Amino acid sequence: MAGFRATSGGVTARFAAAQARIVRDLVSQVAELVGGDQPSREADDFAAELGISDSTALPEDPVLARLLPDGYQQDPEAAGEFRKYTERGLRDGKVAAAMTVLATLPARGGRVRLSEADAQAWLRALNDVRLALGVRLGVTDDFDELSSEIDPGDPRSAYVWVYHWLAFLQESLVDALS
Amino acid sequence: MSLAPAEVDKPETGQRAVPELPWVTIVWNDPVNLMNYVTYVFRTVFGYPRPKAEKLMLDVHHKGKAVVSAGAREAMERDAETLHGYGLWATVSHDS
Repeated sequence: MAGFRATSGGVTARFAAAQARIVRDLVSQVAELVGGDQPSREADDFAAELGISDSTALPEDPVLARLLPDGYQQDPEAAGEFRKYTERGLRDGKVAAAMTVLATLPARGGRVRLSEADAQAWLRALNDVRLALGVRLGVTDDFDELSSEIDPGDPRSAYVWVYHWLAFLQESLVDALS
Repeated sequence: MSLAPAEVDKPETGQRAVPELPWVTIVWNDPVNLMNYVTYVFRTVFGYPRPKAEKLMLDVHHKGKAVVSAGAREAMERDAETLHGYGLWATVSHDS
């Protein structure tokens, strides 16, 4: 696959069936993780409509903590207030971006053609997947070192390849939009 | 809008409330976000010209963080919220 490129009809890329399956699977997982953990949704519909949530603490799951970070450092009270008023909207936005990818990427692969708005959603969804993978794989600045340390028999080794491929894909999309 | 990325690493001055100091939005380095993506986000979110966006991206990358916007607290919270939407790690601060 050659990544995304700009054309007169928007940015396009061609996906093999296996590539489409990987992207769809990972994007769905992130959407489920981010969208599925909102205990107060039924509890307070009015607050929900205003985008206010009960959660004021950094999520325990390190992936969620990275996707929904604190807005203040060393000020738990301000961080809690910030989260109360922003976390629900942030979660909804991430789920919406994931849904855009699922709606525009055929499960069997093929050519994808994106409007500017869809491409923005793709960028954010691909980035969220890479952030999630990065946390699970323990990516640091020495990631190339880590890649070579992971045993080929380790189940994570396949995801190291996916992580790099998604970086290539996202980078090509940024270039196509710039 | 005034930006002061060079002053980010100033020594700790404590929590004195100095009304004249603007609130700022800080973006922190992380090993996952791509350099061209971070530049793209700064251009898209703030409308910064490419050289300024690239300089801020490099500051984040090399210095660990950069002040990307300054102003009223509410505006900085909106900026941080927007940047979180793009997956960047941003915080609001008053003492940097």
